[in-house]
Amino acid sequence: MSYEGENKIQSTGVQVYYGETRALHGIDLNIGANEVTSLIGPSGCGKSTFLRCINRMNDVIEGCRVEGSVFIDGDDIYADHMDVVELRARVGMVFQKPNPFPKSIYDNVAYGPRIHGLAPTKEALDHMVETSLRRAGLWQEVHDRLGDTGSGLSGGQQQRLCIARAIAVNPDVVLMDEPCSALDPIATAVIEELIEELKSEYTIVIVTHSMQQASRVSQKTAYFHLGNVVEFGDTSQIFSNPKNTQTEAYISGRIG
Amino acid sequence: MTDTITSMSVSAALKSPESAARLKARYRAEMRFRFYGRAAIGIAAGILIFLLSSIVYNSIPAFTQNFVGLDIELAQDKIDPNFSNDTEIIASADWQGLIKASLRREFPEVNARADKRELYDLVSSGGGDWVRDFVLDNPQSIGSVVRISVPTSDDIDLLIKGLIDRTLPESDRLVSNKELVWLDHYTAQGRVHTQFAWTLFTSGDSREPEMAGLSGAFIGSLLTILVTLAVSFPIGVMAAIYLEELAPKNRITSIIEVNINNLAAVPSIVFGLLGLAVFISFFQLPRSAPLVGGLVLSLMTLPTIIIATRASLASIPPSIREAALGIGASRLQVIFHHVLPLAMPGILTGTIIGLAQAAGETAPLLMIGMMAFIVDTPTDITSKATVLPAQIYMWANNPERAFLPKTSAAIVVLLLFLLTVNATAIYFRKKFEKRW
Repeated sequence: MSYEGENKIQSTGVQVYYGETRALHGIDLNIGANEVTSLIGPSGCGKSTFLRCINRMNDVIEGCRVEGSVFIDGDDIYADHMDVVELRARVGMVFQKPNPFPKSIYDNVAYGPRIHGLAPTKEALDHMVETSLRRAGLWQEVHDRLGDTGSGLSGGQQQRLCIARAIAVNPDVVLMDEPCSALDPIATAVIEELIEELKSEYTIVIVTHSMQQASRVSQKTAYFHLGNVVEFGDTSQIFSNPKNTQTEAYISGRIG
Repeated sequence: MTDTITSMSVSAALKSPESAARLKARYRAEMRFRFYGRAAIGIAAGILIFLLSSIVYNSIPAFTQNFVGLDIELAQDKIDPNFSNDTEIIASADWQGLIKASLRREFPEVNARADKRELYDLVSSGGGDWVRDFVLDNPQSIGSVVRISVPTSDDIDLLIKGLIDRTLPESDRLVSNKELVWLDHYTAQGRVHTQFAWTLFTSGDSREPEMAGLSGAFIGSLLTILVTLAVSFPIGVMAAIYLEELAPKNRITSIIEVNINNLAAVPSIVFGLLGLAVFISFFQLPRSAPLVGGLVLSLMTLPTIIIATRASLASIPPSIREAALGIGASRLQVIFHHVLPLAMPGILTGTIIGLAQAAGETAPLLMIGMMAFIVDTPTDITSKATVLPAQIYMWANNPERAFLPKTSAAIVVLLLFLLTVNATAIYFRKKFEKRW
């Protein structure tokens, strides 16, 4: 069991190539357990690419190659013996656009536990679905219509459904790729509150374009630029007193 | 400013007279285009309606059959001389002879050999079957004289339906004056009546138009299509899933891809030759069988199904795959739990298009002997059979005039068959379709 601040994820010299193009130029980053780390930077800087390295989602992209290593709890996730399916069960992901399955709300949340065999009985599964929906703050709104399709919910509800789906398998790490970019400010506030609550149980890495969001939800911030980490440190320090002039320029809105 | 020399402001440009002319020209172009579009649809629909209505109109006479009631003496010694009551012995009696005897008794004045033959031609040469069926259903009637309705021969049938003009001079008419007299004798007594032609659906092919039916060809088509579906659907869908979802993108897979696309454009007769060489000559499978027909048509349908399935799989948004991968579904789970169910409507549409093509195909079946005169209705996929389009072709080639409406009726049945297949597919597609 890891305690707060201990290194949960360690990346050393991570380089990613899309065909001939190098998208990441050697990323060394230590991400602490049970805290929220936000990755910020201009479009195309590689923050999403790095996020997708943590659960090997880049594997499915044709022509994508990853060098270097990423350790989660000391296990090299790019080692030969590492099973991708198991890894992705440990490292959940929430995407930019809410993408519930075109199935019922219940089946959306129950899918992960089902394929990983986490719930031996129907009652256990019901319980897991309820807990996940409660933790995602969606239970009150949907408990009487679990059979409705997930795509019938509003955008913010859909995204919370996706979060419930991700945490239903009880992962260690939750990766969020701009989870609020398709949502209005009210839905965004709900999700941010949720992130705040979830960090007690999960290590959260979030990619965001909103500086305010990064400063509100995260404890650590990494500033990416052109495939490099320019600066990494406590969020409060990065936003109040950046050491690097590039970071300062980006944060103050002069570039990016 | 120099700007004003080269360009003017939009609002000024829109007020100029050239602009008004341009606007008019634009509206006119749009009107013209609308007119062309409507004309195109009108012509297409018109041709289709003309074609369908002429086929249906021509087919109407084939759905009825005229019968004449004959007084037939069911003599014991002619039917079951030894009182055996054995249905096999009874069934093998000379029923046609009884009909002829009845006709002779009705017209004792007919003595010449040629006249007698003409007289016998009044009723169908298969009319004995009706007498036999009557006796088998009513065995107590043996020994008495009973009035039994038997179908008239094809020419008499056409005459009653008005398709042969009795006002024509005898030399231009398929029915002789004598036959007219005999027929009028029966008509005057109210012994001629029209019935729905069940024969068309219950019996197999025949040389006699009034005896010929579609049952054999219909069952043959059904069996052939079932074999085609059973072979091409699983193979096609599996091949498409592998190529689209699992296969590495390299030279070999791209060569396979190009060849599948080429295969879809190969003339169908080539598949028939291939089927003849491979299935019949090499594997020694039976000739004229729905099994071989189905296999040949599968070869033809496979590319259609593969292409449609791949297109349908590719159209599933990547966000669904990512969502499933993101919670640790394996590639197979992603495919079978999420992608395939969503792609199903598209896959079914492609399959149905392929099957409908196959159901209307004759050329490849020509090569494997399914374009043949086969009387019996096939019972399984290895018995000899023909298919509906082949039956249409063969009937169209027959010299008897009565086959003309029969051919149209067969076309109507084939169209209804295809319509049913398509309707089934649409039903399943709607069932699989999900709201996003």
